[in-house]
Amino acid sequence: MRLYAVVAAGGFRRYATYRIATVAGIFTNTVFGFIMAYTYVALWDERPHLGGYDMSQALTYVWLGQALLMTCAMMGGGFEDELMERIRTGDVAVDLYRPIDLQLWWLAGDLGRASFHLLGRGIVPMLLGAMAFDLALPTSPGIWPAFLVSVGLGVVVSFAIRYLVALSAFWLMDGAGAAQIAFLAGMFFSGLLLPLNLFPGLLGEVARALPWSALLQVPADVFLGKRTGWGLVRAYGFQAGWALALLMVGRLMQSAATRRVVVQGG
Amino acid sequence: MAEALEAVGTEAPAAVFEPRSRLAEGVRAYGLIAAMWLRSTMAYRASFVMTAFGNFAATAFDFVAIMLMFSHVDVLGGYTLPEIALLYGAAGTAFGLADLVMGSMDRLGRRVRDGTLDTLLVRPVPVIAQVAADRFALRRLGRITQGALVLGYALVTLDIEWTVARVLMVPLMLLSGAAIFGAVFVAGAAFQFFAQDASEVQNSFTYGGNTLLQYPPTVFATDLVRGVTFVVPLAFVNWLPALYVLGRDYPLDLPDWVAFLPPVVAALCWVVAGLAWRAGLRAYRSTGS
Repeated sequence: MRLYAVVAAGGFRRYATYRIATVAGIFTNTVFGFIMAYTYVALWDERPHLGGYDMSQALTYVWLGQALLMTCAMMGGGFEDELMERIRTGDVAVDLYRPIDLQLWWLAGDLGRASFHLLGRGIVPMLLGAMAFDLALPTSPGIWPAFLVSVGLGVVVSFAIRYLVALSAFWLMDGAGAAQIAFLAGMFFSGLLLPLNLFPGLLGEVARALPWSALLQVPADVFLGKRTGWGLVRAYGFQAGWALALLMVGRLMQSAATRRVVVQGG
Repeated sequence: MAEALEAVGTEAPAAVFEPRSRLAEGVRAYGLIAAMWLRSTMAYRASFVMTAFGNFAATAFDFVAIMLMFSHVDVLGGYTLPEIALLYGAAGTAFGLADLVMGSMDRLGRRVRDGTLDTLLVRPVPVIAQVAADRFALRRLGRITQGALVLGYALVTLDIEWTVARVLMVPLMLLSGAAIFGAVFVAGAAFQFFAQDASEVQNSFTYGGNTLLQYPPTVFATDLVRGVTFVVPLAFVNWLPALYVLGRDYPLDLPDWVAFLPPVVAALCWVVAGLAWRAGLRAYRSTGS
């Protein structure tokens, strides 16, 4: 357990090293936040209470999206490129000899990465957004910890998806195609472009049931006070269910892949 | 990567050393390097088709999001879906063209960091041509295709009173727009000589600018519209010329002939970007490792 805590701390420190990149990232998240916020104002001007959000809730949703974009790695990014590279080059064979659990090792590192991004690239854009727009920040203090738990579960779901993407490299050798599909699905089905509440009919139902909704839509609804009491329990259950299911599939794929590993001589 | 580039160097040294203008030399070098990357891409055709489609789909999703918005409303910022499609298609195509030709410029910061820029400096070929052609990615045609399709949809659906000026405005807008975005790519890369791992700042102006221009100017605060008209003149990519085609007023009080300025603005942007690039290159100090 201590080992994984050290790995997580390492993941945090690793991203904390890139200070200029973090500032540049904050700038980007803020620019996109402003652009999206204005388009949402135009949309909610036409149709107030669209998707059950009032204007300030819709604007809050925009800034939450920017704050969680890197934390929940909605468009990918993080460990998966590195793991895919290790699989491609065969370095993964060395990892398999280590007395560690491969999945937990990468999860710990990714949790460290996510915590850094939440602090480094989440808080400042949110504050800047709150200065420029009227945001619906939680009124009851209990919502903040509830939100953090939901974000944590979202990160685990995101990890589990990206772990599957990375493991696909065992079979595909080049994981670029799988990574691209994950990028597209993550961008669209997390609700980053538009809240999933606004997706019409069957598309909306499917989108809300897919694991990607655990990355942004669910944490945002917790933040906006749409999920309380049993609703909150159900939200957690949804996220934890997907997390467990995807982690299990990851484990199965991992053991199948391990049996396949052929270490090139030399 | 370095070996591959070297291959181009050995292929054409005689030609490169012939006296010719810097521009012609740069264009020729760009062509050679781009052709090499093209051959390397085409070695894996299935992969190329997949990534080109991915490029298409990635950009298509943000238009799908706009269509989903229009499943709830009839107008956004006073504009209908076909009108927004015109803005979207024009910005997307212009940006796609710039991205195809200059999109690799954002890798410059990385080259400054790891010192591989040095390799480019010792070759008798303009550095900018080498950086711009680096990893030339034909898959970016996917983005251009998507923009062009939306533009086509807009032009077919909209009821425009076509005049000669309006017809000419469409290609003028796309080419000048691509040139303006191209200048932004160069200026952004020049900035990275100083702030090495700040490529995201560049993305704010390129990808962010593209996203901004996909919506009508009426959506945004007047100060923001002023900023992208007079400071970073992205408004000349599509807002001003497209609103002329649509016969709509620009939210800022500008005379009509401003809509014809995009080529002039593009030329000015290139002068500024060129000066910035030169300043950046002069200030460059190798990593020393």
